[in-house]
Amino acid sequence: MKIKKPLIKVNQKLILPVIRAKGYATQQSLIISEKTLAKTQLANNFFTDIANVCLFIARFFKESFTRNHEFKEFLNQCFQIGYKSLPLISVTGVIMGMVLTIQSRPVLMTFGAESMLPGMVAVSLIREMGPVITGLICAGKIASSMGAELGSMKVTEQIEAMEVSSTNPMKFLVVTRVWAATLMIPLLILYADALGILGSWAGANLKGDVNFSLFFAQAFSHIDFIDLLPAVVKSFFFGAVIGLVGCYKGYNAGRGTESVGIAANSAVVIASLLLLIVDVIAVQITDMIM
Amino acid sequence: MGASQTIINNASVKTRSGEPIIEIKNLQISFGNQHVLKDVSLQLFNGENLVVLGKSGSGKSVLIKCIVSLLNSDSGTINVLGENLNELNTSSLGELRKKIGFLFQSGALYDSMTVKQNLEFALLRIKRELTQKERDEKILEVLENVGLSDALNKMPSQLSGGMRKRISLARTIIVDPLIMLYDEPTTGLDPVTSDEISALINKVQKKYKTSSIIITHDIECVRATADRILMLQDGEIYMDGSLEEYENSKDPLIKSFFK
Repeated sequence: MKIKKPLIKVNQKLILPVIRAKGYATQQSLIISEKTLAKTQLANNFFTDIANVCLFIARFFKESFTRNHEFKEFLNQCFQIGYKSLPLISVTGVIMGMVLTIQSRPVLMTFGAESMLPGMVAVSLIREMGPVITGLICAGKIASSMGAELGSMKVTEQIEAMEVSSTNPMKFLVVTRVWAATLMIPLLILYADALGILGSWAGANLKGDVNFSLFFAQAFSHIDFIDLLPAVVKSFFFGAVIGLVGCYKGYNAGRGTESVGIAANSAVVIASLLLLIVDVIAVQITDMIM
Repeated sequence: MGASQTIINNASVKTRSGEPIIEIKNLQISFGNQHVLKDVSLQLFNGENLVVLGKSGSGKSVLIKCIVSLLNSDSGTINVLGENLNELNTSSLGELRKKIGFLFQSGALYDSMTVKQNLEFALLRIKRELTQKERDEKILEVLENVGLSDALNKMPSQLSGGMRKRISLARTIIVDPLIMLYDEPTTGLDPVTSDEISALINKVQKKYKTSSIIITHDIECVRATADRILMLQDGEIYMDGSLEEYENSKDPLIKSFFK
């Protein structure tokens, strides 16, 4: 006996259910394949980016320790990064100390520990707040300016012009900027710490009359060398991170003018994020050692 | 006429004497799936102005960027002044680049430096033996040659497009190159300034005895400067000949350029 197979109607055509299922399966496998390919491409881009970053850092170190250093440009960058950041860092330092004092004073008064205020502010500023807040401010100012400057140089073929005129742009533009940031940012952080304590004294004087030398004597009596050392060491890493991220993003910017903005923006975001990650690692290491 | 029917006019090539100072053989370069140059071969002879003509996107700029190794080719050989670029290490390439001047499309002046610093930048790296006095004299000399001796202390942002091109040309010739590569020297300039730049290219060739490759799609610049013209179309050489041969060509593509 011959069994009659049921037909179903798809797109005005009568087809067997098994053929329809086959078509559906093919369509689904195509969608899955496309999604898999897209994910593979994303993973590929991610690993390519990581490889490029590693190559960039390796090239930076190679160029740092080979001959023909651009010492004059390095000094120029120290001036640009260090000296030209002083007004911003001064304001940040003073406000940081003042606000911390104004916020902490009522709490300490509740416990009758107002005399601990200078020491507490000094320790918090030097160990954590000074490096992190100054580092973030520097990431905003310096990493973005490096990203934008190198990005626009890339767009307007200035980097290629440098290469053609027998100048190593990696040495002239990147090495000088990264080392200048690595050396200047710790100095800016120490400067911000000092102004922070000064701001704290000013904050304490808003609602009282505190002697300047007594306040400073109390503040420094609570600080040991061991408070300063990890903060200084990590600030060198902050400087290196800011310099490397700013230069990497600018040096590898795309061709259009839009890419200058993207380079500057992503330099700030990534440098700030990495700075906080470095801080967490530094705190953990300091904790383990101490 | 298709790309396979390339017009190579041997008569114009035969007039050149001696060894070519740039010789490119079977150059191929692609970016992803896009084949920008497909099997390009050319020669530049001593004292010659070779104009590379073609539509936008035909691979003209890519071609001269390969000559200074700003871009690496996929295959083919490039010999510049007897040196094979594929066999050069970084320092040898640096030495070779000192003999080549490259005028970028945008001028590529360093924005953060004055005109004097822009000119001094190249001198300090390529002509290290010069004293400060000799450097200053050389700077003034090239600025006079491009007719901008009063722009010494100006910033690039204070210069017009034509002035930027002239200063950029001064920066290139200050180191006495043997070969000049011009990437669209008259693009974005008014006709009067374009003519001035074309005249300056000829002046540089005569005064500094350079050989040049000029990338352009500006026909007036071609007419003013070309000893020989090479036309690129879709990454391939479409025609190689003299200005007269191009002017008399019946080919529709060439006629569309030489209206």
